[in-house]
Amino acid sequence: MSTRITVDPITRIEGHLRIDVDVDGGKVKKAWSSGQMWRGVELILQGRDPRDAWSITQRICGVCTTVHAIASVRAVENALQLEVPLNAQYIRNLIMLAHAVHDHIVHFYHLSALDWVDVTSALKADPDKTASLAESLSSWKLNGKHEMRAVKERLAGFVGGGQLGIFTNGYWGHPAMKLPPEVNLLAVAHYLQALEVQRKANKIVSILGAKTPHIQNLAVGGVANPIATDSQSVLTVERLLAIKGWIDELADFVKNVYLIDVAAVGAFYADWTKYGAGVTNYLSVPDLPLDTKGTQFALPGGYIDAGDVSKFKPITSFNDDFWGKGVEESVKHSWYEDGNKKPLHPYKGETKPNYTDFQDAGKYSWLKSPTFYGKPAQVGPLAHVLCMFAAGHEPTRKYATAALDTVSALAKTKVGIDALHSTIGRHAARAVRCAVMVDQLNDQWGLLINNIAKGDVKTFNQPVFPKGESMGVGFHEAPRGVLSHWVVIDNGKIKNYQCVVPSTWNACPKNDKDEMGPYEASLVGNPIADPERPLEVLRTVHSFDPCIACAVHLTDTENASSVSIKVV
Amino acid sequence: MRAVVLGVGNIILADEGVGVRVVEALERDYAMPPGVNVIDAGTSGMEMLEDMSDLDFLLVVDAIAAGKAPGELVQLRGDEVPVFFRRNLSPHGIGLSDVLASLEFLGAEPKETVILGVQPTSLDLSTELTPTIAARVPELVAQVVDELTQRGLAPTRK
Repeated sequence: MSTRITVDPITRIEGHLRIDVDVDGGKVKKAWSSGQMWRGVELILQGRDPRDAWSITQRICGVCTTVHAIASVRAVENALQLEVPLNAQYIRNLIMLAHAVHDHIVHFYHLSALDWVDVTSALKADPDKTASLAESLSSWKLNGKHEMRAVKERLAGFVGGGQLGIFTNGYWGHPAMKLPPEVNLLAVAHYLQALEVQRKANKIVSILGAKTPHIQNLAVGGVANPIATDSQSVLTVERLLAIKGWIDELADFVKNVYLIDVAAVGAFYADWTKYGAGVTNYLSVPDLPLDTKGTQFALPGGYIDAGDVSKFKPITSFNDDFWGKGVEESVKHSWYEDGNKKPLHPYKGETKPNYTDFQDAGKYSWLKSPTFYGKPAQVGPLAHVLCMFAAGHEPTRKYATAALDTVSALAKTKVGIDALHSTIGRHAARAVRCAVMVDQLNDQWGLLINNIAKGDVKTFNQPVFPKGESMGVGFHEAPRGVLSHWVVIDNGKIKNYQCVVPSTWNACPKNDKDEMGPYEASLVGNPIADPERPLEVLRTVHSFDPCIACAVHLTDTENASSVSIKVV
Repeated sequence: MRAVVLGVGNIILADEGVGVRVVEALERDYAMPPGVNVIDAGTSGMEMLEDMSDLDFLLVVDAIAAGKAPGELVQLRGDEVPVFFRRNLSPHGIGLSDVLASLEFLGAEPKETVILGVQPTSLDLSTELTPTIAARVPELVAQVVDELTQRGLAPTRK
């Protein structure tokens, strides 16, 4: 006899992601991941001007606005084989990087740390001991006794006033919570500091993108930022210097706080290196183009089959066929018509809804099921870090080794790169990637300054649409992983448009061969201490940074998120 | 005095985008006095933290599922506001309520919050509001102008 646990929704925005698990003997035996919301933006785009697609696609999701905008302009540029001026590449790169750093910091501290950190336990901590622990781990300026005492006082006032606020629905006192009170207090202190520091990343996006949360500066063919070192209204030296200041503050926090906190949490939860590997085919794409054609990139990407880093195969350009021909989507278990009974390439993709009901062995999700050369693949920071590691990317090796060394020292046992194939490993990889990204913010800033100093102020190439049909794909290694937009243009109008988003790769239902998607596979085998409070399910799903890209944000006064349990 | 008018919603899902459409109309027809910031927040979350810190007045415009007839206007103020946000709150999601909860923890929450909304007719895929809801946009704009005017922040008609 097993118990069915349904968590719906697992992301707060109503109706996004539902997870079902069958639990037997205290472990997950079967899992289903279901997108509960139809994402049909593709249909809205048909017949429109391809130059407008990016501003519509950035409305798909409130979390991933800029990434859809970037993937969309790249798809149209790829269809036209349009080159993008260097300044535009660097400005886009800076926006992508700042967005990614923002996303990773917020994900760890504000959206998933509470799966591991027991806020109420922090009230029992000795602030002075917390400070000595923190100072033994890092030279960060805000780790002192004074700071820790102030944080404990604020927390005590907040909780003591019966005002748990943001912490209301946490699983406090859950048996799977294992951090000592001092580590919990340290995490709360850094939670608060991260709220401050994430603003700097957002400021970079808002200055370069002209506005947040929806950037205004993109254009098919480049960016709309005029560069003039002596004008107030455009990208001036003064603004560029302000950006540099924020980059330095972000780098300090990411390297001296985030990377170390992740290692500390990982050391106390070393058992979670055994759970959550799931699908170990890893897919990532190269990003941060360094030339106008998209053939050289600052960060490598590619494919690793069955977790074997030695079998890494790189993807090398926007035109690489190894990438472009490998992607297909199945709808066997999705609420779409399946006339062909076989997976389709995104250029030929169809989006014809066919809602049934939640059928365990049949259709149960609005997400399609993407495959790479017929296999499910995990995407996201872990995939990216493993691919960059395999490609010999030095900064990735440096930060991954540093993080694993800190874990090894704290856990008093050697922890190697294999530990990354896990729930906690996804958090560690995200922090490693974030450290690589803050270094790249510096590099790309320098490239932009040097290029402007050479007298190049070009930011835009005019697109020209040929008669007849052309096709293109734009990819982007987004915070949640590989994002791709596929466009078919006919006589200057969009004929077909498909978005294959990171959470579709990871949260997909079973594919045409009934193989589980990454969320599902990573849940199987997880321990469940208390079916009423399935914290372990949340830990594994949240480690992917779930975001089902459709973002209904209707304010709902009637429903609340729920966990339902039944015996089956 | 610092105030923000926040238009919330998804403009590709018909009436879900009404909050954004209201702030678009507001910006088109009115000039704001100093201290008032009008933001098209879309469906975003933590990116808003900076703009929403230490406000005297936050005015949110959104589609609200309050179980009323489509097109019926809804206002939430005073005690209704925190209850309304808490009901949706979890430590794991993203969105406006998380921003407000974070601001509370930082001690930087708005001194006063009012929510203006309308019960939607359709959340189907479309970049247009339904006629019923589109007809309500001028009233919502007028309500926003009233709320600001009552607090000495009168916008001027362009």
